[in-house]
Amino acid sequence: MAKKTQTGSSTAVPKIEMQGVMKSFGGKHVLRGIDLILNAEESVTLIGTSGCGKSITLKCLLGLITADSGSIKVDGTEILGTDRTTLEAMRRRFGMTFQFGALFDSLPIWENVTFRLRHQQKMNRTDARDLAVDTITQLGLSPQVIDQYPAELSGGMQKRVALARAIADKPEILLFDEPTSGLDPITGGVIDRLIIDAVKRLGATAMTISHDMASVRRIADKVAMIHNGVIIWCGPVAEMDETGIPEVDQFVHGRAEGPLTTAAKEEARRG
Amino acid sequence: MIGFLQNIGRTALSFLAAIGRITLFTVNAVRWTFLPPYYLKQFFRQVLDIGYFSLPVVGLTTLFSGMVLALQSYTGFARFSAEDTVATVVVLSVTRELGPVLAGLMVAGRIGASMAAEIGTMRVTDQIDALDTLSTRPMQYLVAPRILAGTICLPFLVLVGDLIGVFGGYIVGVYRLGFNPSIYLSRTLEYLEFSDVTMGLIKAAVFGFLIALMGCYHGYHSGNGAEGVGRATTNAVVSSSILILISNYLVTALFFG
Repeated sequence: MAKKTQTGSSTAVPKIEMQGVMKSFGGKHVLRGIDLILNAEESVTLIGTSGCGKSITLKCLLGLITADSGSIKVDGTEILGTDRTTLEAMRRRFGMTFQFGALFDSLPIWENVTFRLRHQQKMNRTDARDLAVDTITQLGLSPQVIDQYPAELSGGMQKRVALARAIADKPEILLFDEPTSGLDPITGGVIDRLIIDAVKRLGATAMTISHDMASVRRIADKVAMIHNGVIIWCGPVAEMDETGIPEVDQFVHGRAEGPLTTAAKEEARRG
Repeated sequence: MIGFLQNIGRTALSFLAAIGRITLFTVNAVRWTFLPPYYLKQFFRQVLDIGYFSLPVVGLTTLFSGMVLALQSYTGFARFSAEDTVATVVVLSVTRELGPVLAGLMVAGRIGASMAAEIGTMRVTDQIDALDTLSTRPMQYLVAPRILAGTICLPFLVLVGDLIGVFGGYIVGVYRLGFNPSIYLSRTLEYLEFSDVTMGLIKAAVFGFLIALMGCYHGYHSGNGAEGVGRATTNAVVSSSILILISNYLVTALFFG
């Protein structure tokens, strides 16, 4: 269908390697063979129309949804089909933010931020509160918010707390599901800056889902576009504007008419 | 004709699949209740919610049920001069049947609905996935403490409800029907056996387990959006109420005699 590229060193073991990952729900094929390689400390952004399978890709990578077939490797270790204990051990290396924050409503901010440290590493209350203050201060929040509950914070503040929770125990791999959705452009820019800083500071590998092209240009080293359940283009962010692939061009430039719109209409017609 | 048979087959398969899902969920929930780590803060939060905050509603329900029972049984027994048995009928009915069933139904409405709504909201807002990403098993963190708290708290609630229900009967018996207080009390205790109370408490533990299980199950498998959570809440209350009535008969039949 179109040119497909994969960047990165050919000798080092990739941090994340997805090959031929497929997933169906009730006969509907959402992922038809995702191939993606991320090298250490690389930041890739997944783009694509709504419902194309970006979030499912992320959830398959974390084992929240089990892929039907294919291969998913982290540091060369296959995680697809492994037992739950191995999967849980692998998840400790990840930090993730969800589209709507997914903060725990019943817990104050400091317990949200230090949730994993408190429950997995048995960090005591005082140290956890201190760490929560340090982490949210780095992200531009006032220390006073640590005793508040998520519902008392604005959308932008909730996104920062979600980011704080993801980075609190210094994970190697960070996943961000639409980190700037629903935010005004200024707050979105601030969140992007915080993500870039956090990824650099931790030396982490990052995978982000975004529809916001300004945000993609700021945070990504590499961009991968999913269409019809496969990656139709993957390359450096600087080459995103000149791929020569009509679907990528339409998405990147936000045009109303083009192959993606035609495909969506065709799918709607088929029901 | 073939279409009709297909519909029957599809319904039967879907019913069996639901039974399978509930069975697996139950086995997992019970298993994780006994395996570490234990989330004691979550457990005590549920104990407070189920045990303490349900007291007013259970107390009021059993109080008025005991009062009505005294009035109604007096009306019936007076027709064949057996008014003396009112106190015995009240205490046996409340401890063996009304206390556990009414408390169970009230708690199903209050707690079953709130569990399904809370867990369902967590499902649709990705909080359950977030638990997984934070290396915490949702079954252990969310479901196990609720099921344990439900199973432990309901017998205590029923015990208090029994006392209040019997007290309601006493109030009506003494102040409305003119029984001698000491005779009423002695009649209350005369035919009451330890097994009458324990049977009610065993029923309560079963009801508490079922209420928490249904609340958690429907919340955990909630559909998308507000509609999905609303449906999960309704299903939790309806299914736990029906299961309370079915298991009430089964436990009664088991201990009959």
